[in-house]
Amino acid sequence: MIDRDEVLHVARLARLALSEDELEPMARELSAVLDHIAKISELSLEDVPPTSHVVELTGALRPDEPRASFPREVALEQAPAVGGDGFLVPSPQA
Amino acid sequence: MSSDVLELSAAQAIAAIDAGDLSAHELFAFYRERAQADSDANGDGLNCFTWVAEGAPSATAGPLAGVPLAVKDLFCTEGVPSQSGSRILEGYRPPYTATSVAKLKDAGATLLAKTNQDEFAMGSSTENSAYGPTLNPWDRTRVPGGSSGGSAAAVAAGLAPWALGTDTGGSIRQPAALCGIVGLKPTYGAVSRYGMIAFASSLDQAGPLTRDVTDAALIFERMVGQDPCDATSLQFPEPIAKPTAERLDGIRLGVPAELRAPAGDFADAELEPGVRDAFERALKLAEGLGASVQEISLPHAPHALSAYYVLAPSEASSNLARFDGVRYGMRAPDATDLLDMYTRTRHDGFGTEVKRRIMLGTYALSSGYYDAYYGSAQRVRTKIAEDFKTAFDSVDLIVTPTSANVAFGLGEKTANPWSMYLSDYFTVPMSLAGIPAISIPCGLAAPGGADARQSSGDASDAQQSSGDASRGEGGLPVGLQIAGPAFSENRLLDAAYAFEQALGFAEGAARV
Repeated sequence: MIDRDEVLHVARLARLALSEDELEPMARELSAVLDHIAKISELSLEDVPPTSHVVELTGALRPDEPRASFPREVALEQAPAVGGDGFLVPSPQA
Repeated sequence: MSSDVLELSAAQAIAAIDAGDLSAHELFAFYRERAQADSDANGDGLNCFTWVAEGAPSATAGPLAGVPLAVKDLFCTEGVPSQSGSRILEGYRPPYTATSVAKLKDAGATLLAKTNQDEFAMGSSTENSAYGPTLNPWDRTRVPGGSSGGSAAAVAAGLAPWALGTDTGGSIRQPAALCGIVGLKPTYGAVSRYGMIAFASSLDQAGPLTRDVTDAALIFERMVGQDPCDATSLQFPEPIAKPTAERLDGIRLGVPAELRAPAGDFADAELEPGVRDAFERALKLAEGLGASVQEISLPHAPHALSAYYVLAPSEASSNLARFDGVRYGMRAPDATDLLDMYTRTRHDGFGTEVKRRIMLGTYALSSGYYDAYYGSAQRVRTKIAEDFKTAFDSVDLIVTPTSANVAFGLGEKTANPWSMYLSDYFTVPMSLAGIPAISIPCGLAAPGGADARQSSGDASDAQQSSGDASRGEGGLPVGLQIAGPAFSENRLLDAAYAFEQALGFAEGAARV
């Protein structure tokens, strides 16, 4: 069972603000889903190797050749705020 | 020309263009008008589209002859809004085009529209969209399935000849089933993921939603291939052929016991009676076509859903970290500092289901829980892949229902996340194993209750009924899922084609 403090902790890790009225439903719904999911931790899987990817590929490399990137103005075009030649963001410490 | 053109499959439209009986521009204008009408209808339409092309296409040459294509919102299309159904990407017009879309355009497909979807492909009903829900053309009080619901509804309703979707845990197959069309989830790696706004990178695959199996083969042929921009993409070992099989002689079909009668904790995924009847009829039909049908076991399949709902949200929590209000999309106003800007942008920009999955994934990956959840889920994934490998020693293809139920009502499953997640019960095992699977319509059934109208199983009868089939009246579509080993798409398409010819599904019933 996930409580309110744990929800706040995980939300902090996820860089996600949750409003007061989102906390209780989130705690309840996460707990309900985790109850189902937790069943897999009861399986005996000690000797089973993990699969992170189904495709058996090793080192798909391409030649390390320099090529043009997007022009700066194209990269900046979609940004909510631009300052000079870069992305403009609020100060890390107000 | 209107009703004649509407009834042409993409393959037939290409033939008509090649023969000089139809021009690519006429065809585009015809569908553009239909798509625009749905878009303009607001609450009175199906809400299939997030964007519709304004003018005629510039280039139509190539083997696909200019046949218009609808593309799920999450594919990046240069200069065209691509928001993955999310508010957080408000106004985003990517500076490049996804490889799969670019390949199809090179082959002569034209971009008709972008289609609605669950936000970041997280959902099974297309209700989790910043653009509002898409409605099922068979019955507008019901969902089209998801997350590629806009693509499925558009193809079923005849608002687009064919469409692209993506499938992470069933997002092509389940909406195809609920809308009565064909949906193919390819082998993982067969199609480049470059330019798809990522949900769960080890599972996401692009694939077609089409009116019939021939169209699926035709478009899939042009999508496959290794791409230097996606290190997990692979060269498809053989060319994709046009399916021609009329029979299933000598084909060994396996029916997994675990996916025929879900039990215990998954009893809620139990088949509706009408779905069960349609599925059992399809098995009988297969035997009549020369196939042998045997029960097999995928012992770990019942745990696939749990593993999936650890792995997919975990990957999502990482993939969606990039949406921070800095480089694209929206930004919450009046932030006090950088962290405040990040957290409030993500609060305002993400919908409820996306927040839930980010939280679930972040929790599963957090210190102290990693082994119990993520580690275990990865091991279950290994067992599931082994189960399939063992099964394919004794059978050629595996058949299951695509979904336990026909299209469900709008709002029916939104209050209980796990009940919505159960929609993926039959499709997630194949996703975890990375193997291809196709959903084809195999009949109609009444929701919840008893069997409504039988699919005749006789092509001539079906042709008769397709003309006067009134929408939704006789029941809702049921999907048959056929899965095969990695890179068996040619065999899969051939088997699906043989089924399709014998089933004679009344595909025109959902046209608007």
